[in-house]
Amino acid sequence: MRRFLPYPLAALALLLTWLLLTGLSPATLLLGVVLAWLGTWLLRVMDPPRLRLRRFRVVLDLMWVVAAEIARSNFAVARIVLAPRPRTLSSGFVRIPLEMRDPIGLAALACIITATPGTVWVEYDSADGTMLLHVLDLIDETEWAGIIKNRYERRLMEVLA
Amino acid sequence: MSATADLPLWAALPVALLLLLGAGLTLAGSIGLIRLRDFYARVHSPTLGTTMGVSSILLGSIIYFSVTGSRLVLHEILIAIFMGVTTPVTLMLLARAALYRDRREGRDDVPPPGTHGAP
Repeated sequence: MRRFLPYPLAALALLLTWLLLTGLSPATLLLGVVLAWLGTWLLRVMDPPRLRLRRFRVVLDLMWVVAAEIARSNFAVARIVLAPRPRTLSSGFVRIPLEMRDPIGLAALACIITATPGTVWVEYDSADGTMLLHVLDLIDETEWAGIIKNRYERRLMEVLA
Repeated sequence: MSATADLPLWAALPVALLLLLGAGLTLAGSIGLIRLRDFYARVHSPTLGTTMGVSSILLGSIIYFSVTGSRLVLHEILIAIFMGVTTPVTLMLLARAALYRDRREGRDDVPPPGTHGAP
């Protein structure tokens, strides 16, 4: 199994992408399976770190939490931007120590945080395992460490074995 | 356009509302580029357009073309996924480049590198 289909998740993603673009019919399904299989064999040359997802329910839970947070902060940032009299914003940097060391998890966390309006992941120091976060509306610095760790990092560490 | 006449009211209303919401949020994000004061604050505002702005417009597009084309049209999901994966990378690169330059210029309103000082 592993020798013939080295990256099953990537193959499935390629196949779904292909089917969404071309529409579902026996011919496109057959061609899509062949293309996905060839694509993952090409991926073997680059030898990316293997992704193992555990606990599918936590994955769904994480996606829901991220979507809800993105929707909420969209309106929060829109309110800040469109305020008739711009108030003095206390935007600033926070350094947050992380426990996660898995590169895939860190990449996912960086994308989640940056995609959320109002927070941007700026840098990660692999020597001491801290990240630098920029917050648009920084009210309580210590609160942010808890938000990042409890809301995202804990779930990501559960999902990635 | 004959297709617009075929669109029933129950579909036209959510499509119109979603398009207005998406366009409004994207406009708010663009206004933020002007109104926010420094570079690090401005990095935040394009994310309005690339997250909920684009999602609302794409959801409206899915409803419109699924109703008028009488089959489920879902390839908009791919647009949302690729936007969601690529724009954070761009924003992170911009923020890091700005931080790197500010540190080299010795500005004191940006934080120093991590405790171990990896550049």
